[in-house]
Amino acid sequence: MSVKVSTTINGDQIDFICEPDETLLDALRNRVGLTGAKEGCGTGDCGACSITIDGRLVCSCLALGVEAEGREIETVEGMADGDKLHPLQRKFIEHAALQCGICTPGFLIAARALLSRNPDPDEEEIRFGLAGNLCRCTGYDKIVRAVQDAAREMRGA
Amino acid sequence: MPSALIDLTPFHGPKEPAKIKHQGGMMQYEAPQTTQAAVALLAKAKGNAYVLAGGSDLLVRMKGGYIEPDLVVDIKRIKAMCQVKKTASGWTIGAAVSCAELGETKALIRDWPGVVEAANLIGSKQVQGRCTIVGNMCNAGPAADSVPAMVAAGAMAQIAGPKGKRSIPVELVAIGPGKTSLKKGELVEAIVLPKRPARSGDAYLRFIPRSEMDIAVVSCGVSLSLDAKGMVKDARVSLGAVAPTVLLVPDAARAIIGTSLDEAALEKLGRACSAACRPIDDKRGTIEFRTKVAAVLGKRAAKIAFGRAGGK
Repeated sequence: MSVKVSTTINGDQIDFICEPDETLLDALRNRVGLTGAKEGCGTGDCGACSITIDGRLVCSCLALGVEAEGREIETVEGMADGDKLHPLQRKFIEHAALQCGICTPGFLIAARALLSRNPDPDEEEIRFGLAGNLCRCTGYDKIVRAVQDAAREMRGA
Repeated sequence: MPSALIDLTPFHGPKEPAKIKHQGGMMQYEAPQTTQAAVALLAKAKGNAYVLAGGSDLLVRMKGGYIEPDLVVDIKRIKAMCQVKKTASGWTIGAAVSCAELGETKALIRDWPGVVEAANLIGSKQVQGRCTIVGNMCNAGPAADSVPAMVAAGAMAQIAGPKGKRSIPVELVAIGPGKTSLKKGELVEAIVLPKRPARSGDAYLRFIPRSEMDIAVVSCGVSLSLDAKGMVKDARVSLGAVAPTVLLVPDAARAIIGTSLDEAALEKLGRACSAACRPIDDKRGTIEFRTKVAAVLGKRAAKIAFGRAGGK
């Protein structure tokens, strides 16, 4: 039996219908049409499906769609302000911190969550903070540099 | 916990956990607002009922096809279960409190740094945003990180069920890999950590072949208190991943009680840790390796706990 879920996604009030055993990732992609969060492993190992629920970074593949009731969800689609990219998005492009791009939405959301708690992380803190996100293209160095550069800009330094 | 982090197989007879199939049709999802309502749902459930806290183990098992729940009871709408509170008798950590939140509770870290560091070793930041120490305990994996730290801390599991409430030591919750002593209709509401006397400290260490996001090959929790002269007055030592369940090792604690944690006492603690091991050989470690490393981790964790208690 399908369940109706009322939630807030990127600041917008959204209602969707999903099955009780459907993941939040599937609901976002297939019911709401937000395909930014990706399914990599589907078991919480790769971080490609990273979103925040009530400000907390999570893997949307390890949450149920029905759990979103009354919560505040943020996905990569909400990061840019209209045409103006978030500093992290801009720095990922400038530093070529992506190739195939599958992991990128997850990295952006995880990096934003990291910087919201720690605006000035050192390299080790960035690497540990993003350890739940796997990238098979870049070798991570460019991602770390992009996050450091974005953090610098966001701090106004 | 993500697939790579669930590892119950070494201690199972068959390589694959038994598949638990739907008895009815679709899965039913409920998010009650009170513990009483959650207990009632679980007690009257027909078929397979599961509690959902963080879901980092449950959803992986569902998607892997290991279980097909008839009923999932989400406890995150129960207010008391979402709180971590300092009380007159210690700390009460609700069953739905994420490990990430524990890592942000500074006063808890001051009292129980070992418990919090263990909780913050589970999975990635994403997993920590959801996973709970109660879920870690109820998943009953032999290598669960937070459990040895809780056992060393003398933590109690507060259980609610159809016959009322009861409280049991954490080491009595798991009875084998993936199996708990909870009865039908029962769920763990909270973990209670005792009040900390002055001059106390705890620590948790694990051996993994990588720098993070891995399953313990061996792990050890130590909690101790010192007397006014700096001698160990009380201690508890626990080991993970060296037996079907996490072990409390009273001989290891006895080895250091009444000492200033001198070399001889540490050696004795190490020998007691190794003697308590009943490990298996598997892809992550041999019996010989686990038995040896248990002693090494025991000694190191005891030193850290001693230092945190102000010992010299």
